[in-house]
Amino acid sequence: MTGVVWLLRRLVASVAIIFAVVTLVFILIHVAPGDPCVGSDESARDPAMCPLLIRQFGLDQPLYVQYGRYLLQLLQGNLGYSFSLHRPVRDALAETIPFTLQLAGVALLIDFLVGLGLGIYQALRVNRLPDLVLSNVTLFAYSLPTFWLALVLLLLFAEKVKLFPLGGPSDPVLCPLIDSAYCVADRIWHLVLPALTLGLVGAAGTARFQRAAMLEVAQQDFVRTARAKGLSERRVVLRHQLRNALLSFITRFGLTLPFLLTGAVLIETIFAWPGMGRLAVDAILTRDHALVTATGLIASTVVVSGNFLADILIGIADPRVRVAADEAVPLLPA
Amino acid sequence: MTLATWFALLVAIILAAETVRALRQRALGSERWRRFFRHPTAAWGLVILVFLIMVAVAAPLIAPFDPDRQLDIIGLKNHPPSWTFPLGTDVLSRDVWSRIVYGARVSLGIGGLGALVAVSVGSLVGAVAGYYRRWVDAVLMRTVDVGLALPRIFILLMAVALWDRLPFGVLVLVIGLTSWFGTGRLVRAEVLSLRERDYVLAARALGAGAGGVIFRHVLPNAAAPIIVSAALGVGNVLLLEASLSYLGIGVRPPTPSWGNMIADGAPNIYTAPWTTLAAGLAISLVVMSLNAVADGLRDALDPREEGSTT
Repeated sequence: MTGVVWLLRRLVASVAIIFAVVTLVFILIHVAPGDPCVGSDESARDPAMCPLLIRQFGLDQPLYVQYGRYLLQLLQGNLGYSFSLHRPVRDALAETIPFTLQLAGVALLIDFLVGLGLGIYQALRVNRLPDLVLSNVTLFAYSLPTFWLALVLLLLFAEKVKLFPLGGPSDPVLCPLIDSAYCVADRIWHLVLPALTLGLVGAAGTARFQRAAMLEVAQQDFVRTARAKGLSERRVVLRHQLRNALLSFITRFGLTLPFLLTGAVLIETIFAWPGMGRLAVDAILTRDHALVTATGLIASTVVVSGNFLADILIGIADPRVRVAADEAVPLLPA
Repeated sequence: MTLATWFALLVAIILAAETVRALRQRALGSERWRRFFRHPTAAWGLVILVFLIMVAVAAPLIAPFDPDRQLDIIGLKNHPPSWTFPLGTDVLSRDVWSRIVYGARVSLGIGGLGALVAVSVGSLVGAVAGYYRRWVDAVLMRTVDVGLALPRIFILLMAVALWDRLPFGVLVLVIGLTSWFGTGRLVRAEVLSLRERDYVLAARALGAGAGGVIFRHVLPNAAAPIIVSAALGVGNVLLLEASLSYLGIGVRPPTPSWGNMIADGAPNIYTAPWTTLAAGLAISLVVMSLNAVADGLRDALDPREEGSTT
């Protein structure tokens, strides 16, 4: 199978998966009890308003009619109208997604820089004291419930020692109004704790994974050959082991990418971070059909494209990979 | 805490250590289990797990108070740790240590049962898909693709929305049925290679039916990845339960689970952090032990490690 055919097949499969997820989410949220009247809005609770609202949003129609309508709208790029926020879903998403991207981006950076660094360092010192200590530290950090760590970090560094703010994306008084160097610094200052929480737990996992990948490669013949050639240990590890161990790291990258976006749900809630995760939870709790389906669409798109991206990168980086798409099995995080 | 409960706790610790020591003695006979115990952290993880299971089983002996009893809502509200209340009391004046002890039943129960459901379904689906191949495989694996693309917390939130007040059994089922996708894919990959082995061919030639071949020959030989993913699965389910309980949709109060204890303490964390800290540390301890045991099992069951010393 040539590369182009493989690419096309993967693309079609990806679109099909996203479509299936959207359908599933659509059905689930419409079957779930509750309607626009569940929302927090007082006017919607008025019993006389309920039938009107239900008719206005077409919720009295049979499910397949609603579904057909939704798909038609979706094809035209219309994500629908959120009845809990009283605004188009597209606007609500446009406002929250940048915040999630900021948080996830910085967390990802911490995750990979710290994680890769530790993993490689441990592989260089394998089974010696620094490696043993770090192995236990990463094992512990990897096992922490992320949202609990968030609470503890808040307790330590925002309450006991008042280093960082308690939450929110920026200074609530000044920064929504003015744009200055102070506010840029302020935003970064607000980002530290949530990004550290997400990033450090992820970094512990990445370090464990990378160490295992490096040691796995270390047993292969070409590493022995490199050593037999008389290359320095450093060169063997960094040029031969690391290069090959980075291949499985690419797969991990594809798997982590979506987790940071969706796994941030609780972190966003705890740090009052106005991102998409919090939006999604609120949408589900208020049975906001259009908003729920849209966040499902985005979340699944991120997951699928993360995997897709990883497969393409692997294909570019590793000439040995020439397999059919459905034989590709993702590596388990070690 | 009374002398009797301290004593019971001590007995549990000694029993756990002795159990693992006995296991280790017996393990010397088998090369696999020697490899497991060569992992120092795996052995410690096992001790902690055995200890916590004992605590869960013997909860009435170890807990000094009734976990749901509000001792003195005014005088003992958020009482800091002391000799009578080793981990303090929570906002409703309930003894935190007793709630941790009883919470072990709930949390470990959900973790174990949820992972059992997930691993059973995943193994079965993976085995069937890998064994039958063709359209059965295609249908099942596309289901797995969709399942993996759906953010799990999302499905769970919605499932919970369907019930509103989730009974314990349903919670376990829902968690289990949304957690099997990874295992399914893993087992299928294993089965794809197993089904080509000679002993499978021999069994089929002797007239064994598909069910017999899958259960008697294929699944037992795929046991290694299944066991490891079960160990990791328990930890994942525990973390999931904690997140759900934190969002207020997991285990329903007043029943103590470590997850909803974190949530109970969270509003008062700046003045009375002990409830949240204790519950979170308990979860971390279990998940860490499970991860350590999974590491050990991975080494012990890996056929490539046969005869090697690393």
